[in-house]
Amino acid sequence: MWTWFYRLASPPYVYGVAATLTPWLLAGAVVALGYGEGVGLFFAPADYQQGDAFRIIYVHVPAGWISMFCYSTMAIAGAIALIWRIKIGHAVAAAAAPIGASFTLLALVTGSLWGRPMWGTYWVWDPRLTSELILLFLYIGVMSLRSAFEDPARGDRAAALLGLVGGVNIPIIHYSVVWWNSLHQGATVAKFGKPTMALSMLVPLLACFLGFMLFFGAVLCMRLRGEVLNRERQAKWVREAIKT
Amino acid sequence: MSVNVQGRVRSSAAMGLVIRREMALSFRRPDQLLQPLVFFLIVTTLFPLGLSPLMSLLRDMAPGVLWVAALLSSLLALDHLFKSDADDGTLEQMALSGQGLWLIVVGKTFAHWLVSGVALVLVSPLVGAALGMPAHAFGTMMLSLAMGTLTLSWLGAIGAGLTVGLRRGNMLLSLIVLPLAMPLLIFGANATDRAIGGESPAGALYFLAALCVITSTLAPFAATAALRITLE
Amino acid sequence: MSERAPAGLDVDSLHIWRGDRHVLQGVSLSVNPGELLHVWGPNGTGKTTLLRVVCGLLRPEQGTVTWLGHPIDRVRAEYQSAMTFAAHETALKSDLTALENLRYTVGLKRAVSDQKLLDYLAQTGVSGCADLPAKVLSAGQRRRVAMARVLAVNARLWLLDEPYTNLDGNGAKLMANLLENHVKNAGFVVIVAHHELDVAVNIRRLELAS
Repeated sequence: MWTWFYRLASPPYVYGVAATLTPWLLAGAVVALGYGEGVGLFFAPADYQQGDAFRIIYVHVPAGWISMFCYSTMAIAGAIALIWRIKIGHAVAAAAAPIGASFTLLALVTGSLWGRPMWGTYWVWDPRLTSELILLFLYIGVMSLRSAFEDPARGDRAAALLGLVGGVNIPIIHYSVVWWNSLHQGATVAKFGKPTMALSMLVPLLACFLGFMLFFGAVLCMRLRGEVLNRERQAKWVREAIKT
Repeated sequence: MSVNVQGRVRSSAAMGLVIRREMALSFRRPDQLLQPLVFFLIVTTLFPLGLSPLMSLLRDMAPGVLWVAALLSSLLALDHLFKSDADDGTLEQMALSGQGLWLIVVGKTFAHWLVSGVALVLVSPLVGAALGMPAHAFGTMMLSLAMGTLTLSWLGAIGAGLTVGLRRGNMLLSLIVLPLAMPLLIFGANATDRAIGGESPAGALYFLAALCVITSTLAPFAATAALRITLE
Repeated sequence: MSERAPAGLDVDSLHIWRGDRHVLQGVSLSVNPGELLHVWGPNGTGKTTLLRVVCGLLRPEQGTVTWLGHPIDRVRAEYQSAMTFAAHETALKSDLTALENLRYTVGLKRAVSDQKLLDYLAQTGVSGCADLPAKVLSAGQRRRVAMARVLAVNARLWLLDEPYTNLDGNGAKLMANLLENHVKNAGFVVIVAHHELDVAVNIRRLELAS
């Protein structure tokens, strides 16, 4: 009864599906981001407190969100691969990790750029930024562990396990960082808080979310195809796929 | 299963044997026990030299300095946890003993903490005094360090299990374990800080105890799985 | 499955890849009580890998290892208490004495008194080394201590990887004697060795080719 599942997870099938999906996801991403970023950066009203500086949330917030989403994708794919021994899960996890790290870095950079006009400094130990920084360390750990093994199969499983352990720890880390920050709350650190947003600001933000998701999906598909080709380079279907 | 397993050694007896073995080994190699402690002392000496010998300043920094040094030196010791047994093949022998790898992992990690963690806790008042901590804070500091090093031992067992087969595993071990250990630092340093200021450290200690319990129950499974992956 | 009840170790078409290398390509074997299987072949043909799969340290990508008809993953504890594995390295802790080494590894499998352990050390001719730390023992003595551990565990199935390494003439004779005795007492042996075995029992051969 599991055969359909294993067939879905077979490398040639995944390779084909990823190839078909990529252009659609990419097209969707261009449309959604074109609208979201275009409206967000140029047409949405400026914030009455932060002025035009607030517009960086149209990059910062979706990037931060994708960085978390990507980590769960990686952890879940790794868990599936570890528990049911479905190798394609490792390929997904390996493909997702660098993307997630890049989005984390993007969120950190945009966060610190935002800090400059807001707090007059490029870095503050804001709980979200701190959590994001620790998330970056977790990504780096997973990626280094994977590449440290000479036997790629072992590297895959070790990275999957570390991804899972990190996944369990992320909420703990996040809440302890929030708790820590609440103790040391200085007067200079303004909280981002949860402002009630005007609809004219919110709609482009949601479009940006959608666009980032679609873009993430597209990049994941592209990297996944590369991973699958590399991992299956001995297989007959790869030689045939490369020839055509 | 109808296979006769007459004379199997009970798990509790086997656990005792693993712990006794670890103890015997670590007391026969006192340098491996002493080096992390000396490292702990040296790191804490660096701070007055790098900052200022002013006691009032040092007292403010003391909890953080102490906890950072404790985490680093514990991690240094954890690198050996499985490595030497894996290198000489004794880990394989224990893994095939019919006792289950889980028991071996728990026994070894706990024994490691009994020796290195407890030693670090015992040395910590020395460091505390050197950093100008008042004596009334020592109890809280030692309690928080005891829970913190135990939790770190479990986390470190996962890391040591994952990196055991790697030639340059030491750096990687710190890289993957330290981010996971950050909550320990937060709560541990805070408890110590409050004790120095004469406030009740209970809140932070409860959090620390919760982390200790959660990690002690979950991490052995992860560490066993990690070891199984790298032993193959 | 054959009509007879499976009475021993059966290995069916094992495949192992190491990266891009296909190390084991469909190896099958079976060992029954009173049999000695000699695995041999040139370097790099996966003899040690095969043994590690058989003892359950390595999981095969394809194929099965069954003990008394059950996959070893399912009956891990039973299988492990019926089996002993002596790896190519002697697996002795150099800071512990020979006796302590035995006590802490054999003791996990079965309760044996120190007196009995000393007897086993005497059987392999190293009773004089009992209280010496393993680091001062010669390579041959270490090999004999490892052999004493195999005896002390009292397992039916012996999996031995190059047990003759570093043994002198007498040691080799002793080893052959131990193997003979074990096989005659309805034990099973899978042995990896790169030379002819001089053992007076029925030897079956499995040759691994590259």
